[in-house]
Amino acid sequence: MRNLGAQPEITLTVNGEEKMVRAYPMERLLDVLRHQLGLTGAKEGCGEGECGSCSVLMDGALVNSCLVPVLQAQGAKITTIEGLAQGPLLHQLQQAFLDCGGAQCGICTPGIIMAACHLLARTTRPTREQINQGLSGNLCRCTGYTQICEAVAQAAAQGRAE
Amino acid sequence: MTNEQIIGMPVPRKEGRDKVTGRAQYIDDISMPGMLHGATVRSSIARGKILKISYGSGIAWDEFVIVCASDIPGKNCVALIADDQPCLAEGVVNHPEEPILLLAHPNRHLLRKAVEAVSIEYAPLPPVFTIEKSESQAEIIWGTDNTFKKYCVEKGEVDDLWDKAAHIVEGEYSTGAQEQLYIENNGVIASFDRERGVTVWGSLQCPYYVHKALMRLCSLPEEKVRVVQTETGGAFGGKEEYPSIIAGHAALLAMKSGKPVKIVYDRMEDMTATTKRHPSRTRHRTAVDKHGKILGGEIEFVVDGGAYLTLSPVVLSRGTIHAGGPYHWPSIRISGKAVATNTPPHGAFRGFGAPQSLFAMERHMDRIAAVVGISPVEIRRRNFLKTGQTTATEQTIHEPIDLEQLLERGLTLMDYRVRKNRFREQNRSATHKKGIGIAAFLHGAGFTGSGERYLASVVGMQGLADGRVRILVSSTEFGQGTKTVLSQIAAETLGIPYADVEIAQPDTEQVPNSGPTVASRTVMVVGKLVQSAAKGVLQTLKASGLLPEQYSRDEFRDACARYVAEHGEFKSWVRYEAPPGIFWDDEKYRGEAYAAYAWAVYLAEVTVDLTTYSVTVDDFVALQEVGKVLHPVLARGQITGGVAQGIGYALYEKVVWQNGRMQNGQMTNYIMPTSADLPSIRVYFEELGNVHGAFGAKGIGELPMDGPAPAIVNAIEDALGIGFDVIPLLPEDIFQAITARRPANDAAGVQ
Repeated sequence: MRNLGAQPEITLTVNGEEKMVRAYPMERLLDVLRHQLGLTGAKEGCGEGECGSCSVLMDGALVNSCLVPVLQAQGAKITTIEGLAQGPLLHQLQQAFLDCGGAQCGICTPGIIMAACHLLARTTRPTREQINQGLSGNLCRCTGYTQICEAVAQAAAQGRAE
Repeated sequence: MTNEQIIGMPVPRKEGRDKVTGRAQYIDDISMPGMLHGATVRSSIARGKILKISYGSGIAWDEFVIVCASDIPGKNCVALIADDQPCLAEGVVNHPEEPILLLAHPNRHLLRKAVEAVSIEYAPLPPVFTIEKSESQAEIIWGTDNTFKKYCVEKGEVDDLWDKAAHIVEGEYSTGAQEQLYIENNGVIASFDRERGVTVWGSLQCPYYVHKALMRLCSLPEEKVRVVQTETGGAFGGKEEYPSIIAGHAALLAMKSGKPVKIVYDRMEDMTATTKRHPSRTRHRTAVDKHGKILGGEIEFVVDGGAYLTLSPVVLSRGTIHAGGPYHWPSIRISGKAVATNTPPHGAFRGFGAPQSLFAMERHMDRIAAVVGISPVEIRRRNFLKTGQTTATEQTIHEPIDLEQLLERGLTLMDYRVRKNRFREQNRSATHKKGIGIAAFLHGAGFTGSGERYLASVVGMQGLADGRVRILVSSTEFGQGTKTVLSQIAAETLGIPYADVEIAQPDTEQVPNSGPTVASRTVMVVGKLVQSAAKGVLQTLKASGLLPEQYSRDEFRDACARYVAEHGEFKSWVRYEAPPGIFWDDEKYRGEAYAAYAWAVYLAEVTVDLTTYSVTVDDFVALQEVGKVLHPVLARGQITGGVAQGIGYALYEKVVWQNGRMQNGQMTNYIMPTSADLPSIRVYFEELGNVHGAFGAKGIGELPMDGPAPAIVNAIEDALGIGFDVIPLLPEDIFQAITARRPANDAAGVQ
């Protein structure tokens, strides 16, 4: 194999576990998650930060992992869709997506659920308008967003009840 | 049977947990040992002869697997309807992005550079890019006359009705290409070994279409080709015929290299090289009496099929049959034509020709209303098709339909009259003008005409050793809920819990050919077969004495398990048989075009901002009669999703063409609606009976694509008093129309 430069060690915390990877500094966080760590929940829909299918949380911020060079993730806390459910127990957003029809083909679902997580972490009682704005960086071609919005509202309501 | 109801209940999606947890495995999530990555070298010009292919320096070409047309073991074609489309171009190219060479390498990052290092010399030939130029036949690019297919539907005497008409209303309407824009790009993995032949795993709608294409291309017998569908991230028709091409490419690379090969397109390749909705042009000439009653008319419907025939004849067929809308035409002549141009072939996309011709019909109804001097509501009411009347193909509508009542309910839900009056007042001085538009339409479920008879779909049901059952179909899940709804039908028929039914992943080695997953046929046609197969299971168990007439769930489980234990295998098969009394004449295009139609009335409320010229859809009512709703959440999701695509079709999604190539092949510059762009879509169902589908269900998936565009453009006319007959309709189009209308001194003031 050709020498494409050095692959430094990068340490990051993914879904609560510390991980060490060797990667080219400009390698995309998305590729490191998918190819090195086997976390294929984040998807590549466009590779240019438009569709949001690769959304993950990085130190609490919502990022498109296709636009994040892995070097920037050095020392960061990353949460992916795989980090939400606790064993067989679904996160309330995941359950709400199931109940309300928020997932159809499912390819955008991991990214949208991460965006919804980010929204609910900041806004516990989002209005419909806030949900629509909060998810507007994530494209879904199946649902027309109506049932996604309802799922987020349902999860928010349950969150308040707990 | 002591069963609680499963049909009509919102049972959990079979594959839902995998989807919400990120565990569902789409093709790009799968890797195989020793796997290579494949890439495609494509044509940079629209039409010409290939003179020379050279491999540039700086690339270790001996590390690459290279496949060209001469490596194809079988016939170099994408087997579908005709054999005109090569799998790899040989000597000539007929559209930009046409595949010419295939490359494979273990490192996918090196592939891009290698693709760029291949240079191809061409001798260009004059290309054809528009319907008009193709029709002119100045340049013949396909067959003898650039025409893939023509249809003529004729009912009554059209030629002698013009003298009797109080009004003759003419109009011309056009629709643009539309990208399916599933969020998961096309992708497959192929492997090959001499014993087992070719296996392809992929994101696809129709495993047996791919199977057929691979047999021809690879010159392999049926049993040496295996196609497995992986979880599919949206399709909408875009993965109906195209997967045969990408699967063929991966298979050729796998055969040559002896290694598994993955090809997954990036977004730009997917958008520029794969199919889109056919652009269309429709001309109407309608004779109307003084009360607004349609006496008859002529409709000329033309679609741009792109460079090869692919599915254009079938798209044209559906568009032609739907061109008259849900109205009664005492006489009508509809001529349909699909023509060739030098763009990548246009293909299947939800609605399949009907959104195009229905856009024209529903815009034309508003035009007729204006000429006659009655309202858009009244023109429709006076012409709605009624039970007992015949369609353009002279199919008598036997099912109970009440379009007037659907319309009336739609008007009430929209609070139509009150809002219309309010808008009329407010619009006088407002810079944000509001309007409401209506579209009434129908969509036929299942294959057109004799299509289902030719398909002769087969469905199986297998009893399992633990007493549960498994459905065996090639019908695929790609978001609509195929697995869930077919399982509901089986569970309800068998009188067992939903959880006791599983459904096999479509794999041509494991499941029979239940036909392609297209044409809103899965619930109505395949669902009915699943119901029959389930009845077969019950009959067998009862005849064998293992199951009493009345039984509990546990008794069913025991009986099924015992049958399997005693006989080794327990499978029940059924094959589609056309219902008696169905008549269709393929020559004259006359008869029962579809076993059943879904009917709908949609209303859109819009605001046109006269500062930005942008349009927002503020409220949307989608009211339809689709027979029995088997799963309320999934059915509603089909409608909201289809309406969103329809809103995109009308207002956002413009394919910008340059020399036959899509120029805006990115999500950054091809704009589909986001959550911030759409209203909450209000969905309502009427449930009338239907004898054809399982538990009275009809087709649903494509219907919602047909209505939004005309409803929205009608609403814009209502708001502005300016009619538009072309979609997509972008702010710049509205700006131009408004400035063109301004008095001359206004324009002078600008100078």
